[in-house]
Amino acid sequence: MTADRPGWLSVHGVTLEILERGQGRPILWLHGEDGLDPSAPFIDLLAADGRVVAPSHPGFGHSPDASNVDSVDDLAYLYLDLLTERNLRDVIVIGSSLGGWIAAEMAVKSGERFGGLVLVAPLGIKVGDRETRDIPDIFALPPDEVTRLQYRDPARAALDPSKLSDDQLTVIARNREATALYAWEPYFHNPKLKRWLHRVSMPTLLLWGADDRFVTASYYGAAYGGAIPGAKFETIDGAGHFPHIEEPRAFVERVRDFLAERKA
Amino acid sequence: MRAWFFSENAYHLLPDPKEYDSIRVKLPNRYYDPKIGADLYHRFIDEWKIAEDLGLEIMVNEHHQTATNLNPSAAVVMGALARDTKKARLLILGNPIANRREPVRVAEEMAMVDVYSRGRLECGLVRGVPYEISAGNHRPTRMQERFWEAHDLIVKAWTSHDGPFNWEGKYFHHRQVNIWPRPYQEPHPPIWITALSPSGAREVGERGYVVACFLTGFEGTKTVFGSYRGRRDELKLPAAALDRFAYAALVYVGETDEEGYAGARKLMWYLESNKVPPQFTSPPGYHPTASTVNAMKGANPGIFRMFQNPALGPLMDAGLVFAGNPDSVYRQIMKMYEHVDGFGHLLIMGQAGFLDHDETVKGMQMFVREVYPRLKELA
Repeated sequence: MTADRPGWLSVHGVTLEILERGQGRPILWLHGEDGLDPSAPFIDLLAADGRVVAPSHPGFGHSPDASNVDSVDDLAYLYLDLLTERNLRDVIVIGSSLGGWIAAEMAVKSGERFGGLVLVAPLGIKVGDRETRDIPDIFALPPDEVTRLQYRDPARAALDPSKLSDDQLTVIARNREATALYAWEPYFHNPKLKRWLHRVSMPTLLLWGADDRFVTASYYGAAYGGAIPGAKFETIDGAGHFPHIEEPRAFVERVRDFLAERKA
Repeated sequence: MRAWFFSENAYHLLPDPKEYDSIRVKLPNRYYDPKIGADLYHRFIDEWKIAEDLGLEIMVNEHHQTATNLNPSAAVVMGALARDTKKARLLILGNPIANRREPVRVAEEMAMVDVYSRGRLECGLVRGVPYEISAGNHRPTRMQERFWEAHDLIVKAWTSHDGPFNWEGKYFHHRQVNIWPRPYQEPHPPIWITALSPSGAREVGERGYVVACFLTGFEGTKTVFGSYRGRRDELKLPAAALDRFAYAALVYVGETDEEGYAGARKLMWYLESNKVPPQFTSPPGYHPTASTVNAMKGANPGIFRMFQNPALGPLMDAGLVFAGNPDSVYRQIMKMYEHVDGFGHLLIMGQAGFLDHDETVKGMQMFVREVYPRLKELA
């Protein structure tokens, strides 16, 4: 029994719009700065392998703003609370980009309910020196340039506002506002996170679009993978920064292989 | 009505607009010649002194990383004016406190200017324009909340005289606040706040501060002033006097309409040269979500369309520019005055771009001699 439309969930007083699909092993999907599109094909594909639980972070999608939630640290504790309140165990936590940063912060804090961790081109760490901008400044670049950096095929990602409803436009605007709330400063990272990533003790897979021009596999990905003991690192051909959007089948196959190894 | 002379201290010698995509945030400062800049600083300070001699009050503002305004610290230029002037009220409008790291530092600087000028400071506290989010690196979300916490801290710093107090707020932390000097005026310098929206105006109205509108035209200004007055009615607070309301426009008075329009066209440099791409005009969270959605649909309010392609006629029709011969300018100001149920301060943007010193002074003189006496009668 799958619910096609998102529902609502309250976690320790914070209301979340939440999408749940599939049955079986819990898979917590933490979306990135692009938000959660309930019609994205990867969700149903992923739901063949377990129960996908996909909240919209406060301020994203239709989730209300939460006045006391304004950092990725808050989001990490919020989702650890979610796992506890639902009494979920052996959870596969998957996060993309901003969501990958949240997942990494959760794993550093407490991995006891985790079965595994999949980080999809996660942000959250500082790699270079203080004058190196590791992550392009999406707030200072023309929107087209941001799209070009984040998608292998920017034409497919281009939006035509005239074809979108007010509700869809509002979600896009809210997603950008919430991204600014969580990622403005320090910009898309926690200066301390890299130093603590050694605490990630569960099986971990890093997935990276081979054509990610936003944060490259060879620079940012290599630094991230190198900081997590025993993490596997794989790239997905034909995809940019959001491989689950550009190559959903290849993405879900990699996750499936990772899950199969966990059962063995 | 009181009139205030203000100029943005622009650096007007810009490269060809084809050479750059933004006059703000990104324009390399190699285009700025400090030797010319020094001359400009002295010229603009001289013009403020002339304004005082003519009987006008003085207004200074502050902007960052932009050629449109070379006052990244209003306190510094007002420090010079506090020494160089004797009688004019000195308005800083304002300190962009939602973008400043240290409200206590703002409290100190403002107290210093207030003492230095023997109590002539009028202290504006503003949120800061969207383009300066980058310059301050402060996030554009929840700015109102940060603004009001900074305001509360500044007022408390000004009015506490018995040793350090503690402040551990949501946004600002100081365990030992005890500023020296304290302000000259009791309990503190008058506060002015800029409002663009009805919700902002309601908050200012509740507190009874002066609310200022910049280039908001007939309808925008009426909405803001109306919200201020309405909020006071709701709370059964005394009706606000006219001196609680300020309106800023581009103003040039000539001997003839033609001369006035010619001066105003030069002032329009400020709008014409304001080339800024959308990522800087609309950082996420700065504007209400509904306005962002409207902008995505291409439905910008008319006033913003006017900024994109400014022409004198429409700007005058909208009440953003008052220009012409003295009678014309008086009529235009009165039309705005009546439309918004009155205001007590006219903030005159009287210098911009290529309007030279003599032209700037002539515009001021014409205003003071021919228009101001009639406005002063409005109580």
